[in-house]
Amino acid sequence: MAQRLLPSGRRGALWALSALSLAALTQGCSRRAAPAFTALDITGVDYGRDFRLLDAEGRTRTIADYRGKVVLVFFGFTQCPDVCPTALVRAAEVMRLLGPQAERLQVIFVTIDPERDTAALLREYPRAFHPSFVGLYGDAATTEATARDFKVFYNKVPTGGSYTMDHSTVSYAFDPAGKLRLAVKHSQDAKSLADDVRRLMG
Amino acid sequence: MRTTVSPAIHEHSPPAVPDPTQQERERAMKPTLRRITFAAALVAGLAAAGAQAQTTVKEPWVRGTVAQQKATGMFAQITSASGGKLVSASSAVAGVVEIHEMKMDGGVMKMRAMPAGLELPAGKTVELKPGGYHVMLLDLKQQLKEGETVALTLVVQGKDGKSETIEVKAPVRPLAAPGMSTMPAAMPASAAAHKH
Repeated sequence: MAQRLLPSGRRGALWALSALSLAALTQGCSRRAAPAFTALDITGVDYGRDFRLLDAEGRTRTIADYRGKVVLVFFGFTQCPDVCPTALVRAAEVMRLLGPQAERLQVIFVTIDPERDTAALLREYPRAFHPSFVGLYGDAATTEATARDFKVFYNKVPTGGSYTMDHSTVSYAFDPAGKLRLAVKHSQDAKSLADDVRRLMG
Repeated sequence: MRTTVSPAIHEHSPPAVPDPTQQERERAMKPTLRRITFAAALVAGLAAAGAQAQTTVKEPWVRGTVAQQKATGMFAQITSASGGKLVSASSAVAGVVEIHEMKMDGGVMKMRAMPAGLELPAGKTVELKPGGYHVMLLDLKQQLKEGETVALTLVVQGKDGKSETIEVKAPVRPLAAPGMSTMPAAMPASAAAHKH
């Protein structure tokens, strides 16, 4: 694209330069000029606008309750030995990296297994990673609707006398105004996620 | 198979009239000596076990749980000298124990029991770690707290069809333990520097 835009002459070069900076500003395509988010920028998508779930104390929680904070939401289940603790360990590491700014980040763990993840369990589990982490839940229908609205897949899979859950491992980040902004891959490291969160804080 | 080492046996009694230099030297040497005797005892223990055991289990650990949590995972490094399969596991703390494999499939985590067992190629260390294989402890009878030890029995079926039973004592790490092995020696200096 840059090559096609490159006319000859001084004026042309200047024009191309400003066009490039404009592209960098608007699309964040030049990492050096304006570092882009490491996470996928999903600003403006028509899904995941809000949720209406219960916290461990039975209070209804929506995104508006966390206005002024960046909100990082992860969908998982507490019987998960691997991915969920890893995602929450990363979130705790982000808190540590943010230092004093950490009070402007709210980490939320939404269960996709409300059958087994009781309110008591959802109080204790997120807290084991960081005292400020919150667990939210809904009934089966609400959980299903919320997951669908956030494009989060989950599926109950029988194992032994029990079951496990297949589930999406994405984390979502809302900005302090309550707008969904980023989809964070499971593989993204804590350092770049802390940088992304800081950028959302503005 | 038990490799429990009592450090008390290896304590050195100080001489009756210790001269200060001697005492100092002893003090400086003691931890080293103790470490060496411990290592020697460990090696001896492993060797004794190795006489019949083809399989060694290193760095076992269990992820801690919060109250009411009914499942967790056990991780370790397993090496079978002549090759075999980890076919089953059991523990008094769990009603059901399964060998699991975790896979990421387009951003979706899928965890599956491996009814046929986990292949242990001869002489190759198979690492059970977050993001891969684990021994899944289900229907937990109690909360597993950091600092406790969980006893597990692993059953490995050798290439010759013979079953081998390995008793493992896995320390409980915090629920929020990082996913990677925390073995400092195995960590490159740069990685270690990022750990806090």
